[in-house]
Amino acid sequence: MPSLDLLPVAASESNLLAAREQMAFTLGFHIVLSCLGVALPATILVANWVGLKKRDEAAMELARRWSKAMAVTFAVGAVTGTVLSFEFGLLWPEFMDRFGAAFGVAFAIEGIFFFVEAIFLAIYIYGWKRLSPWAHFWSGVPMVITGIGGAFAVVAANSWMNQPQGFTLDAAGKVVDVEPLKVLFNPATGYEVPHMLLAAYMVVGFLVASVYAVGMLKGRRDRLHKLGLVIPLTIAAIATPVQLFVGDTAAREVADHQPAKFAAMECIQETGTDQTEYLGGVCTDEGVKGAIGIPGLDSFLVGFSTDTKVIGLNEIPDNEEPPANTFLHLSFDAMVGIGTALLGLGAWFGFVWWRKRDIPQTPWFLRAVAVSGAGAIVALWCGWIVTEVGRQPWIVQGYMRTSEAVTEADGIWFSFGLVLLLYAGLGTGAILVLRSMSRRWREQGAESVEGPYAPAEEEAT
Amino acid sequence: MSKADAAAAILWVGATFYALFGGADFGGGFWDLTAGWDDERGQRPRDVIQRSLTPVWEANHVWLIFVLVVLWTAFPPAFSAIFTTLYVPIALAALGIVLRGAGFAFRKSIVGLRGRRAMGATFAISSVVTPFFMGAVVGAIAAGNVPAEGNGDAFSSWLAPLPLLIGAMFVASGAYLAAVFLVGDARRGGDEEMESYFERRALGAAVVAGAFALAGLFALHSEARYVFDRLTAEGLPLVIFSLLCGAALLAVLLRGGRRLLRPLAAGAVIAVIWGWGVAQFPYLLPTSLRIDQAAAPDATMTIVFIVFAVAAVVVLPSLGLLYTLAQKDLLEAEH
Ligand code: HDD
Ligand code: HEM
Ligand code: HEM
Repeated sequence: MPSLDLLPVAASESNLLAAREQMAFTLGFHIVLSCLGVALPATILVANWVGLKKRDEAAMELARRWSKAMAVTFAVGAVTGTVLSFEFGLLWPEFMDRFGAAFGVAFAIEGIFFFVEAIFLAIYIYGWKRLSPWAHFWSGVPMVITGIGGAFAVVAANSWMNQPQGFTLDAAGKVVDVEPLKVLFNPATGYEVPHMLLAAYMVVGFLVASVYAVGMLKGRRDRLHKLGLVIPLTIAAIATPVQLFVGDTAAREVADHQPAKFAAMECIQETGTDQTEYLGGVCTDEGVKGAIGIPGLDSFLVGFSTDTKVIGLNEIPDNEEPPANTFLHLSFDAMVGIGTALLGLGAWFGFVWWRKRDIPQTPWFLRAVAVSGAGAIVALWCGWIVTEVGRQPWIVQGYMRTSEAVTEADGIWFSFGLVLLLYAGLGTGAILVLRSMSRRWREQGAESVEGPYAPAEEEAT
Repeated sequence: MSKADAAAAILWVGATFYALFGGADFGGGFWDLTAGWDDERGQRPRDVIQRSLTPVWEANHVWLIFVLVVLWTAFPPAFSAIFTTLYVPIALAALGIVLRGAGFAFRKSIVGLRGRRAMGATFAISSVVTPFFMGAVVGAIAAGNVPAEGNGDAFSSWLAPLPLLIGAMFVASGAYLAAVFLVGDARRGGDEEMESYFERRALGAAVVAGAFALAGLFALHSEARYVFDRLTAEGLPLVIFSLLCGAALLAVLLRGGRRLLRPLAAGAVIAVIWGWGVAQFPYLLPTSLRIDQAAAPDATMTIVFIVFAVAAVVVLPSLGLLYTLAQKDLLEAEH
């Protein structure tokens, strides 16, 4: 589909670059926290449920601790999410002007989920003492549902940017009619939303487990640490195989609907059948350098036969080719590679648990779990790089270029610099606060630490 | 009423809730800031503020998101025009939001007194800065300084008497709302000293907010003639209602009474917001962009209505539950 090219390709290249960097950075920061908002409630409730059903004090203690940690991460998630909302107007005003009426629909729905999530989060975190145990447990359930609903709504907006539909443009390029259901349930929603939800559960599962794995490596081998490792790791180990299946489906859909993105992420230069699957390497116009090539596999993965024709970059007009080909390719490989490694880790855990009802006893297992959280986060970022950079130069695939969307305001580099500083402080602050909470837990038991919802000890008396 | 007008009304409902609850949250930060450098003496008011803000601030904050989302979905050109013109105060307000949230969240979990003080100061200062810039944005819109096609002047659009006055008025009226709410919270806590502490402050803030509002009227007269004319004609009943609420509240406070403080304070603020809405009708951006010109297609508006209806049946009762639990002290700090 041709670009409408109605707006002058205005706004300096420099603004565009700064705006893209700022958007990518702030999104990359927010997405980690929002994973915690999506998947931590369910993890906490599992521990809470085990604690209530089996009268297991260690499990209750974990639920209490995690909910206090969530109070901190949720606050940071809320402010960074607010920044993103502002950035739509500050960085991409033309995009909102032209398409807000269409894809805004998803955000309007998201607003409700955020509301309900923030409300029940406060009730749950703050209701430990005075609500009856089961009433308290149930007050946490809406958080699980709204977390999923909120993620659905935002990611549906992003899917729509990848496979836009459900709107009519007039001759001037203005949106004159909208079919909200088609916007929300565009073809990409079907794989992006589940892929993201599973990613959130993987990130949270491996991340929380890795905290306790580190503790166990330091010799803390009490029941609390073991449960703290087993509960989240089980969740992650269940999510991983499903995730790889969904990711594989996503790749085929991308090959069908966004051939430029697919060609770039797989480094395919020439259209043809029997395409080689390259692992790693550097993409050049003459082909891939330094990669491990598996002949025919790429075609096979796309169409279950080596005869499948796959479009190469030679068919994509130069001004519609995604930038940073090698970067995209390596990001994709890293996501798949990490996903496969995590699958192995989950299988190891599952197998040993099945045979012995215990975790594998070698320190190598704990070491692997200890790095798995960071690994899942890297996979998450890589996936978003594939999606977003791979869609370039489009902001709305086939309809609007990112260069048309960007603001003409001055000082975007300045604001980007400021954002870097601010978020460095924010991230450092959050990590310091969480670490000092955990240190105090170890020293005095959970009762001593208050999340942001609770006045500090001295003040409350 | 056309669909577009109804969507504008929804926008205003969201803004009203944000002004009331978000405004009171900011006001809490204002009183935290002014509670004094002395840690001991500042402790008690900070305590009351902390306890009443803690369970609700995040939910209150979502009203801002609601307003933004409705604005960009239902009136995309207005959203874009506002953000391309007023990006300086908007970015500063966003900065304030980040610092405020982080300061508030981190303060409680930090052990060292130095760190806690720094976080507290961050929270308190940004609680004043943020509403100021939000007010400046509103003032610049009312003054007609945002052209429909956007990209208006980045500085002269809001560095003018009216926007700056509205900014100051936002800070003062938040402080006023907060003080009135805190009187009740202190009373619930059985703390008579704090009750009268916030009572005096409510009185002071009411007077200051009223003074800014009056000055704002003069500025409106010279900078925003369209809005002024309608405010003193179609909007007059609301202006009078607001004045009456304010006067009644002053009377109650001066006689040491406690009744109806919250409804009166809220009434005064609600009337001003709707007075502003009536005054700039039918414009979203006086006098360059009308509501119907900026409106999204009908189907989009329908979604906005559905979302609003769902919010009314799901979010409002949940909020009610949260506030009720908080007011009954069922959401208690662990100690
Ligand atoms: C824990 C994180 C994680 C893991 C292990 C994987 N992914 Fe992924 N992937 C993401 C997290 C992610 C994501 C959440 O970051 C993305 C970005 C947008 C989206 O919908 O999910 C993504 C996007 C994404 C896309 C681009 C979709 C688009 O542009 O619309 C493809 C083709 C894949 N993934 C494929 C895979 C495959 C084949 C995997 C393993 C075999 C895999 N992913 C594992
Ligand atoms: C939440 C996870 C997301 C992450 C981590 C993410 C990541 C990124 C990255 C890396 C870029 C930069 C692309 C480049 O530099 O070429 C980008 C750009 C952008 N993304 Fe996403 N994205 C996410 C979701 C979304 C969603 C849900 C939306 C909107 C509905 C969105 C809208 C944009 C916009 C407007 C840009 C700027 C234009 C562009 O460069 O593509 N993103 N994002
Ligand atoms: C361009 C993209 C995005 C925008 C504009 C955005 C906006 C926001 C906003 C405004 C909030 C604050 C709500 C509050 O005050 O409670 C928020 C929080 C949140 N967002 Fe995002 N968001 C984006 C991407 C995402 C994605 C991709 C996900 C999920 C996969 C997500 C999940 C969440 C969750 C769960 C929260 C709750 C707070 C938390 O848990 O940290 N967001 N977001």
